[in-house]
Amino acid sequence: MADKSSANAYWAANVRIILISLVIWFACSFGLGILLRPALSGIMVGGADFGFWMAQNGSIYVFIVLIFVYANRMGKIDKEHGVEE
Amino acid sequence: MDQFTLNLIVVGITFALYIGIAIWARAGTTAEFYAAGQGVPPVMNGMATGADWMSAASFISMAGIIALAPAGGYEQSAFLMGWTGGYVLLALLLAPYLRKFGKFTVPEFIGDRFYSGGARLVAVICLIIISVTYVIGQMRGVGVTFSRFLEVSTDTGLYIGGALVFIYAVLGGMKGITYTQVAQYVVLIIAYTVPAIFISLQLTGSFLPQLGLIGGYAPGGGEVSMLAKLDSVVTELGFNAYTSDSPNMFNMFLFTMSLMIGTAGLPHVIIRFFTVPKVADARSSAGWALVFIALLYTVAPAVGSMARLNLSTTFWPGAETGTALSAPALSVAEIDSNPDLSWIRTWEKTGLLTFSDKNGDGLIQYFAEKKPVADANTALAAAQKALADAAADADKAPLEAAIVEAQAAVDAALADPANGLGGQSLAELGFAGNELTKVDNDIMVLANPEIAALPGWVVALVAAGALAAALSTAAGLLLAISSAISHDLIKGSINPNLSEKAELLWARIAMTVAIIVATYLGLNPPGFAAQVVALAFGLAAATIFPTLMMGIFSKRINKEGAIAGMLAGLIFTSVYIFIYKGWFFFPGTNWLPDTAANYVFGISPLSIGTIGALVNFGVAYGVSMVTKAPPAHVVDLIESIRVPKGAGKATAH
Repeated sequence: MADKSSANAYWAANVRIILISLVIWFACSFGLGILLRPALSGIMVGGADFGFWMAQNGSIYVFIVLIFVYANRMGKIDKEHGVEE
Repeated sequence: MDQFTLNLIVVGITFALYIGIAIWARAGTTAEFYAAGQGVPPVMNGMATGADWMSAASFISMAGIIALAPAGGYEQSAFLMGWTGGYVLLALLLAPYLRKFGKFTVPEFIGDRFYSGGARLVAVICLIIISVTYVIGQMRGVGVTFSRFLEVSTDTGLYIGGALVFIYAVLGGMKGITYTQVAQYVVLIIAYTVPAIFISLQLTGSFLPQLGLIGGYAPGGGEVSMLAKLDSVVTELGFNAYTSDSPNMFNMFLFTMSLMIGTAGLPHVIIRFFTVPKVADARSSAGWALVFIALLYTVAPAVGSMARLNLSTTFWPGAETGTALSAPALSVAEIDSNPDLSWIRTWEKTGLLTFSDKNGDGLIQYFAEKKPVADANTALAAAQKALADAAADADKAPLEAAIVEAQAAVDAALADPANGLGGQSLAELGFAGNELTKVDNDIMVLANPEIAALPGWVVALVAAGALAAALSTAAGLLLAISSAISHDLIKGSINPNLSEKAELLWARIAMTVAIIVATYLGLNPPGFAAQVVALAFGLAAATIFPTLMMGIFSKRINKEGAIAGMLAGLIFTSVYIFIYKGWFFFPGTNWLPDTAANYVFGISPLSIGTIGALVNFGVAYGVSMVTKAPPAHVVDLIESIRVPKGAGKATAH
């Protein structure tokens, strides 16, 4: 760690990515899968309505993509700030 | 070859595999025993985490819970989202930082970060309550699977399971468990998906169950979707539609959240992320874990919905091409003569499925009994029992009159079109009540290959898969328990001067004792086996998760705050659960009946972990603000775990 300010910049970038990811995590599961399901009932994914599909399959796919994108972005930020292993 | 021999061969081969791996992956140091030398590649760790996480409940029960839920299958999506969404929280909020910390146990982190042996002790207590309650269910799963598929008693099954875990866990520690779990993952995922693929092909023509879930119903020509067909069949029979909305969206929200933060707070899952070589590996490993978990979790709703449809069309053959009531129900004669239906009698013997021909027409009518019919039948049975129990010289006239009255009530309920099906009263249809009196949730996965008439080797595979699921989770839990005892209690508080060799011996002794206790509790389960999910997840959500998160993301939460927060979360959550489920789960000691009408703001005891976590956060913050800030060396520790650089060496495997 070079100095205090670069440590703070790294942490701020980290927290920003976490917050963005958490918003997506919340929106696709609790949002589309539960809270908005009645409002989205007309949209179909094959033989299932969109909210139902998000709750039973869709959110899980989003979660996977989310973790890998996060891991990838964090890897880049680690390098930019020179804190990678 | 008969089914029993096939089961024996397939299960025997998998057991030989696990023991072979255990001998190959012996642990020689405490680092290997607790954290597999921190040298497990991330994809392998993901697979091991998948097996560690997916328990007997995920493998055997989840699809059945989704399939048979009274409110419909959609509401049970809480399990699907909750038990996967927790991995997002793990990857983002815990795993990389705990890996950087580079020690062996969850209480050790809490003790160091909150510079307090007391905090470490409270964490050990929470960890042991969570893990012991959880392990009982796994041992029961082992016993049940053995007794069903290998025709030994549940007790013998438990001894065999306990002995097997003993061999690979005591010998190999985390290293042995990790590589055994990788093998167990492969067994369990093949066992779960192969029957699902067959059934999806039969019902929807789609090779992938995930596409089958949203595909067309093939036996009906594919015009109508599988889910629409399922909805129309079950609603015709008086059940709630499979896809119907949750009657309590607020509670579904809280329940999903409880399962997510509970998952992220389970110690046996968290310690899996201590075993990878680098911080970056901890992040990607959580992603791989979720990939492997998703292979089962995205298939589970397909298994549940298709098994429910199969069950319904088996009992109502007319439903396959037309409506359920367009043709008579399945006959008892057919059950006894058709070899494809022999599974019904097989499972009847286990008591997991029961039926009785109430109206004596030789057919088994399966439908949802409306409440007035069920109540009238219960009252009639009670009146008949009262007469049978009456003393020989008692005045029988009032009791006989009560029976006549109860019978009249039953007849009236049966004649009322409001209680019937498809606009006809049950009396008009000639039905006396639902005759498929019990279908256990667990049947939906265990009997699924038989319901769909799949070959014998698939049935044997399911047995091996169920054992793999239960054993892998049991081993992970036992490791979490034994490392808390040997590392946090014995080395951490009682004798800090313990040598490496002595600690390794203590770790093995603690593991042995933990296995004996778990086997004993599996043999003599306290009456609360069914409630453990609520308690284990509730406490993980209300104690471990918030404390770890605050330890990483706040520099201000101090020792006093953390201890007060954990205790508040622990007490609040367990008291709320005990009020409805009984004090320490003793039957009859609950203060309020366990029904939605009595819940505070409608929050079920299953969902209370979310509120418990908020209590923990709130108390920890409040207490920290009025007490002294953490010392400088702790602030340095927090700053150090926040950056990946310098995580320390790992051993190559």
